[in-house]
Order: sequence, then structure tokens, then C-alpha cells
Amino acid sequence: MNRFDWLPAFMTRLQEAQVPVRQAQDDGLPPAKVLDIDPEHWGRAGRQAADFDCRWAGVWADHLDETLAVFGLFEKAGDYLVLRTRVEVATPLLPSHTPYFPAADRPERHVQDMFGIAFSDHPDARRWIRHQAWEEGEYPLRRDFPVAGRSPQTTPPDDQYPFLRAQGAGVYEIPVGPVHAGIIEPGHFRFQAVGERVLNLEERLGYVHKGIEKIAVGRMPQELARLAGRVSGDSTVAHAWAACQAMERALNAEPPPRAVALRALFAERERIANHLGDIGAICNDVGFAFAIYQFSRLREGWQRRNQELFGHRFLMDRVIPGGVDADLAPGGADILRADHRRLAEELELLFDILDDHPSLEDRLLGTGRLQPETARRLGCLGYVGKASGQDFDVRRDHPYPPYDQLAVPVAVFEEGDVAARMRVRMQEIRDSLGLLDRLLDTLPEGETQRPLPAAQADREGLGIVEGWRGEIVCYVRFGEDGRVARYYPRDPSWLNWPALERIVLENIVPDFPVCNKSVNGSYSGQDL
Amino acid sequence: MLRIFKRILTHGVVTEAAPSLADSELEQVGIEVQRIVAARYAGSLAIREVDAGSCNGCELEIHALNNPYYDVERFGVHFVASPRHADALLVTGPVSRHMENALRRTWEATPDPKFVIAAGQCACDGGEFGVSYASCGAVSNVIPVDVRIPGCPPAPVDLLRGILAALRAS
Repeated sequence: MNRFDWLPAFMTRLQEAQVPVRQAQDDGLPPAKVLDIDPEHWGRAGRQAADFDCRWAGVWADHLDETLAVFGLFEKAGDYLVLRTRVEVATPLLPSHTPYFPAADRPERHVQDMFGIAFSDHPDARRWIRHQAWEEGEYPLRRDFPVAGRSPQTTPPDDQYPFLRAQGAGVYEIPVGPVHAGIIEPGHFRFQAVGERVLNLEERLGYVHKGIEKIAVGRMPQELARLAGRVSGDSTVAHAWAACQAMERALNAEPPPRAVALRALFAERERIANHLGDIGAICNDVGFAFAIYQFSRLREGWQRRNQELFGHRFLMDRVIPGGVDADLAPGGADILRADHRRLAEELELLFDILDDHPSLEDRLLGTGRLQPETARRLGCLGYVGKASGQDFDVRRDHPYPPYDQLAVPVAVFEEGDVAARMRVRMQEIRDSLGLLDRLLDTLPEGETQRPLPAAQADREGLGIVEGWRGEIVCYVRFGEDGRVARYYPRDPSWLNWPALERIVLENIVPDFPVCNKSVNGSYSGQDL
Repeated sequence: MLRIFKRILTHGVVTEAAPSLADSELEQVGIEVQRIVAARYAGSLAIREVDAGSCNGCELEIHALNNPYYDVERFGVHFVASPRHADALLVTGPVSRHMENALRRTWEATPDPKFVIAAGQCACDGGEFGVSYASCGAVSNVIPVDVRIPGCPPAPVDLLRGILAALRAS
């Protein structure tokens, strides 16, 4: 099948639905294609995309002079399509895509809070990312909003948010957070329960919103890569890669082959480190302490190797625009190969134990089930999607170098429970170890970075990579003086957090921690 | 079950055997921490960790303090679930404005005498995020800070060293 085979049929469909579209005159956002649509047709275009089985992958806006440009990203058969429209700053109103794509719910509310675009037909117009740090009617990503904000005094607590309520005999509410009992990020969970059973969970995030999109404006490429590496610290490689890919595509720059291979090496190392940590933590949340000590031991050894060979335990700031800022020294490959072999052997012994431990089976099998249909509707990504039948991985389905030269196996299960989400991680570690060996076998010689050409104003690019949590999307537009004018990173957590609300339904309250850990959404990555 | 014991036994205690850059230093710092904790905190220092806006990188390293390589509980340092139980707060991140109030309340809920450690570059001086409409920057802009641990993120040994510095200063 060729790329965009399906596009003519989709265009016909839009025509039949009386949605006039124009193929973008400019270069668009390669490898994605761009269709321009008038705002009044935006909603119908979304409906057609849903009927055409496109997957919703993101929405973001950009304040240009008198207009607000809005981008909607869709994926089908590994091809990405951008729908683009413009609304006047004076009348910022746009039909919502949420009625057709539940995944668009919170991201549209983010656009609403940050740009002041009202989405008509949105089923839930409550604010999302805004708490009390700025006033209603102020929009931080509008150009005239100062980075420093307008209210220097202390920020009041956000204690008037209209949570959903449940009523009835025996229904009680459990508010949790933002400061949690463990060493984790802040967020608020509001449970309604009867006895031990969860009737409803509502997540309230945004506590670690630190203005990433706003403070990105005016940065040079190198500085943007640093910031991208801190969107979500556990995904520092993947986010930096997505940002660099977006900038490189905007400037038609290609990093040298060795750099590209090393990026993948770093990204797979990041995947393994995080999966090791998660497997241990999932088991620990059902009281199987053996696993957390074993897996955290393996993770620590893995990260020490990062420090020793590449100079940073999490590989922060090793992916830079134009290449990488670390190289594999002679002899390094042998050390890594031996590591891979040793880890693979150890894991098989440990996985055998996990597979066949009755108390784990009892607590993980069937717990926190996410039906494949729900996962599809929510657009779940990474191990959350894969554990519920969503067979998608950017590395295989929309391959970017060096994955276009590698066969990437994708582990997919149908059960959708905590056990399946753990099983995906186990299989992905095995698969990543294989990929790492192949990357070492084929590691090209040569330079590891090539300076980016100077950026002209209004060059824009789209980066899409598979982080360890799933697909990361990143949009960058350059402004004057080679500086960034717009940066939007879409962490996969945006699409996986809503799944947690479904996952815990009808489960018992004490199983919430293990359900939550099995999803392990990034707070920072979604709060921005 | 036998296999589990076998795993445990074949690995022994990595805490001492770890082939590490800083292990001897870890031991030294840890023993000094333990000495002060024994003398002044009846053998147990309770720390409440608060993420006030971090990117979660610092949390990974704070977690690592409990892995078998570092195992800081052996020095009497442990992380508790409530500020009411805490002798100290370990705060990460630039303080996001949305966490400003929660951090202040957590600090108020921690009984005196207490001390505060700002962990990571962002907590020390705002780091990559600085001060903005969404961020208060350094932790000391919101609550009093006793000791700062720079680094992005600080390695586990640096964290333990910072805890020692805080103990000496308090």
C-alpha cells in the first residue's frame, strides 16, 4: 500500500459532505499533508474524519497577527493529515471535534483556556488547564499576554472547580491530592464510591502547569531542545527528539546517520529503563516487594551505564538540533552488547517468576480492564493502547530514520487489564534489546552533529516519534531571528489519562494505585 | 517460592557489592547521616517529598534513593505519606503557581521544628522554567529553604549529601 492511498476517497467524502477544502499551497508539514478548511466547516470535517476511521492525534493553535490558526492532526494507516483553519481574534469560535472524537475533549479545553477559542457543541466547556494563576478572560498564549503574567500576588487555591457529583444512599466522595502520599507528581482525583466500589473517578490535572508553551517563545533551537527535554523528565530523549525532528524538518536539515542511530539507541534505552521501573512498581502496588527490588536494581545498573558511556543517567540534553551531543566510544558497543545479553538472561528468570506467581495473577489479571473499543475511541497510545488491541506504533507504521531500516515488532494484547499493560512492557523490553543489538551492528561511522541552517521566519515543522509511553507529536514554528515562535508538544499522556477514569470503574478503591501505575501518565507532560 | 528465594540468594546484597563510582562516598555520607539522625531524631528522619512543579526527573532520582544500591532507609532516612509525620520537606520543581497554595499548606502542616530542602536546579533557582505567569520559580520564593541541592536532576548521592548538609545546618 502506498502512502496516502486513502486520501482521494476522503477528499471525495468531504466534497459530498459539502466541506470545501484546499490543499495547502505552501510546503505543508511534511511528511504530513495539510488541508485548509473554513472555520464554519470545521465540525463537519471532524465528523467525516471520524466516520472515515481516522485516529484523532492532536489539536493546537497559534496566534498569528489578527487570526488564530488551529491545527487538527489525524492519522490513518500510518499517514498523518493536518486539518487547518483560521478564526478571527475578534470572533474566536469554532465547532468542536469532541462529539466525534472523545479524545479531543481535554486538548480542546486546553486550547480554549490558553487561546480563548470557544468550541461550540463541546459537551464540557469547563476550564481545564486554568486554575487561578490567571483570570478568566485572559489567555496566556495570545501574543499580547506578558510572559510574567498580570497578577503578581500569590495564587489562591482552586477550590471552586465544579466537579461532577454523585448522589444516593451510601455514596461517598474521596478527594485525593494534589499532594499525594507517595513520591509522585501532583494531581487531584475525585472518587465517588459505594463501599469499596468506584462509581466514578474524575481527574483534575494542571497543577504542574509551568508555562512551557509560552516560555518556549523566543528560544534558539538549542534552547528549545533543552526545554523539550524537560516537558516530562522520564521521556527526556523522546521529547527532545520530537522537537529536534520538528525543527530539522522545518529547515530541511538532516542529521548525520550516526546521530540518527544514536538517537534511537538513547530512545530504546529510555524505554527499557522506564519499563523496568514500571514493572517493579506495578508489582509493588499489589504488595510483591521482591519485584521492585529486583527491577529497580536492574534499572539502576542500566542508568549507571548511561552515565558512564554518555554522561547523564537519563541522557538529558544528549539529543540536540542537528544530531546528538554524545558518542559511543570505541569498545562501548562491546560493553553494551554484554549488558544486553546479561539483562535478557536475568529478565527471563524474573519474568518466569512473575508469570507464574499466583498472588500476582490474582491481583493483576482482570483488574482495571479497558475495553478495546473504549481504547480506540479515546485514542489510547503506547502500552495502554497496545494492551487493549490498538495495534499502532510510530516506529513501525510511520517510520522515521533509523526505524525505516529496522523491523520493529509491536506487542499487542486484547485483554486490556493491568496484567496486559505489564505484559506489553515485558515484551517491549525484549524487543528493544533486539533493536539495540541491531543498532550496534549497523552503527554508521562518521560525525554526530551537523549545524542547523539559520531558520527563516515562518518555517514550520512537525515531529512525530514513539516515546516509551507512545506517540509524541510536536509542532514548531520559527519567527524572526531564527527564534522559536511556537512550540507545542503533545505527550501521549493527554490520550491515556482519560482512559484511567474508565479503567477504575467498578474496581475497588484500593486497586486504584495499581491501575494508575499501569497507565503511568505523565502529569508534567500533560500540564505543560 | 523457592525460585524467588534462589533469586534473592544468588544476588545477595547489591547494596555493598555495587560496582560504583561513588559507593565509598555513599557509605561515608550515609554513616554521617545515620550518626546525626541517631543523635537528634531518635534514629529516624522522616521526609515528606513534595513535587511542586517538576518535570518528574527529580522524582526518579528520589525514588532511586530507595533502590537496593542506595537503600537510604538503612541510614535512618525514610519517606512518609503525610507532612504531619515529617521532620523535613524535600521539595522539587519550580513552584508552579497552581501548586503555590498546596506547597504552603503542606509546609504549614509540617510540625516544628522542621527544615526544607530544595532539590534540583528548578527548586534552587527556577532552572529551565524560571519565573513566569505560571511559575513562582525557586522554592524559596514561596517557603523558607534551608539547603539547596543543584543538579538536573541531582544524582542520588548528591541528594544524600544534601540531606547531610541540611542535618548539619539544622
